[in-house]
Amino acid sequence: MKSGRQLSSSFRATAAALGLLPFAVYVLLFLAVPTLIAVGSGFVDTNGEFTLATVAALGDPVVLATFASSFWLSALTAIVGAVVGAIACYALLGLRPDGPLRVMVDSLSGVLAQFGGVMLAFAFVATIGIQGMITVYLRDTFGVNLFENGVWLYETPGLILPYIYFQVPLMIITFMPALQSLKPQWAEANATLGGGTRSYWLHIAFPVLAPSFLGSLLLLFANAFSSYATAAALVSQGSQIVPLQIRAALTSETLLGRSNLAGALALGMIVVMAIVMTGYSLLQSRAARWQR
Amino acid sequence: MSGGLRITGGVAHAPSRVTRTVLLGTIGLVFAVPIVAMIEFTLRAGLDGGHDGSRWIALFQNGFTGVYRTVLVGLGNSVTLAIGTVALVLLLLVPTMLLVHIRFPRLRRVLELICILPISIPAIVLVVGLAPVYSTVARVFGSGVWTLAFAYGITVLPFAYRAIQSNLDGVDVKTLSEAARTLGASWGTTLVRVLVPNLRRGILAGAFIAVAVVLGEFTIASLLNRVNLQTTLVVVSKTDPYAAVILSLLALAFAFLLLLVIGRLGAAPRHSRKPRPRKGTTS
Repeated sequence: MKSGRQLSSSFRATAAALGLLPFAVYVLLFLAVPTLIAVGSGFVDTNGEFTLATVAALGDPVVLATFASSFWLSALTAIVGAVVGAIACYALLGLRPDGPLRVMVDSLSGVLAQFGGVMLAFAFVATIGIQGMITVYLRDTFGVNLFENGVWLYETPGLILPYIYFQVPLMIITFMPALQSLKPQWAEANATLGGGTRSYWLHIAFPVLAPSFLGSLLLLFANAFSSYATAAALVSQGSQIVPLQIRAALTSETLLGRSNLAGALALGMIVVMAIVMTGYSLLQSRAARWQR
Repeated sequence: MSGGLRITGGVAHAPSRVTRTVLLGTIGLVFAVPIVAMIEFTLRAGLDGGHDGSRWIALFQNGFTGVYRTVLVGLGNSVTLAIGTVALVLLLLVPTMLLVHIRFPRLRRVLELICILPISIPAIVLVVGLAPVYSTVARVFGSGVWTLAFAYGITVLPFAYRAIQSNLDGVDVKTLSEAARTLGASWGTTLVRVLVPNLRRGILAGAFIAVAVVLGEFTIASLLNRVNLQTTLVVVSKTDPYAAVILSLLALAFAFLLLLVIGRLGAAPRHSRKPRPRKGTTS
């Protein structure tokens, strides 16, 4: 009797474990395997043998320059996006979280952070393209030519404004919960001890928010670093940033073995992302101490 | 408490109404410029200047013929993919999350890690590895556009997981399922008639986000040479930039309305009062 019940309970545990199988198989096939192939193909030459030559190609000056421009583009837009986004979050403080304005800002942020890509490229061509609204306005009204030194919109500097356009909404989404979790009791304690608004922000809010802010900053960096669609739709020639260089390596039909370079570049990206995301999760666990 | 402390909406030292309006107004205006520019662009009346709505009228009157047909095909594909991706979320992710929550609580961290992981793997990197995987997929399932839903399921994972998990945390799933089981319900009945209705909001939000992500996806489709809404928009923009911008505006408005619905869903529980679970299972 007893052993029978043990048997049936162990049978049920096995059955339940089998229930995990479909998801496990799915994740294995479409997440684990592709990631391993992507990273692994960086270590294989055209004959399918192990090599470090492709990885060594990461040290190529052209590749290094691409990583550098990807790096500064991501860093610059992350910093600007984080600061502007944080200011927007501050301005949103005090509005009811489920009030109409907050719901609208949240939805807009969601759309702009998720839906950027191709559409964003169109938007900026219409704004500061050669015949863009702002370009034409500045030219006709002030005689200012935005493109005096060449058409920079279709090169790396042209990506700065579109990237900021999706970084700020992402900052609002990720940083708002941290600001929201500031406890009024801390302000009361500060007021009881004779502190004012200045000392509250300086000695309480900023130190408490610092890990969250830096964490969001890293997330923004990662977001820009991995972004592809905007750049692909805007820049049709050359490959000034890493994702575009991967595209070039993947689609190149003239140079054999370039697809392995795509693997090496993917490896480089994974390494950068791993460092950034580790930093992000460390900062998040630090920030979580205050978000109870 | 000193008189200097101002607490608005439960938040101390929130900016005054004036500061708030100035800051939000400025940022809002700057962010409106590209959208306004897009609208202005579609209203241009040709080389001699001036504005009219002829392009909008033409687009709708001609009933999406010629170049625009490809957009319709792309939109159709994107909708198919959205349905496929939502099906993956409903059939694979939700049952797994519930199973882990009820039977294998120790695996929660692992599941969370797996589901958040795709954020740190850029789509462009995933494509490098997906290309060989998809040559196998094409041999097994054919190269129909719907197969791309497998890849989209992965990119959607972090967002769908967050939405569902936050709902899951607020519902006592374990007690509910034990109660249902004690009353003689089978696992299937418990899942469909007790658990899913209680998690409706989270699941719905997850599904909506999945739809938004799929409609905006470009990277994977473009590099695997599949046709979806975004890739056709790029193609159309090369022959008729005006139509491409009009269609982008429509897509943007659609996605905004979709997320507004999610926002409403997310805001709803604050208004509903507690007694709901006490009235037994909601139908």
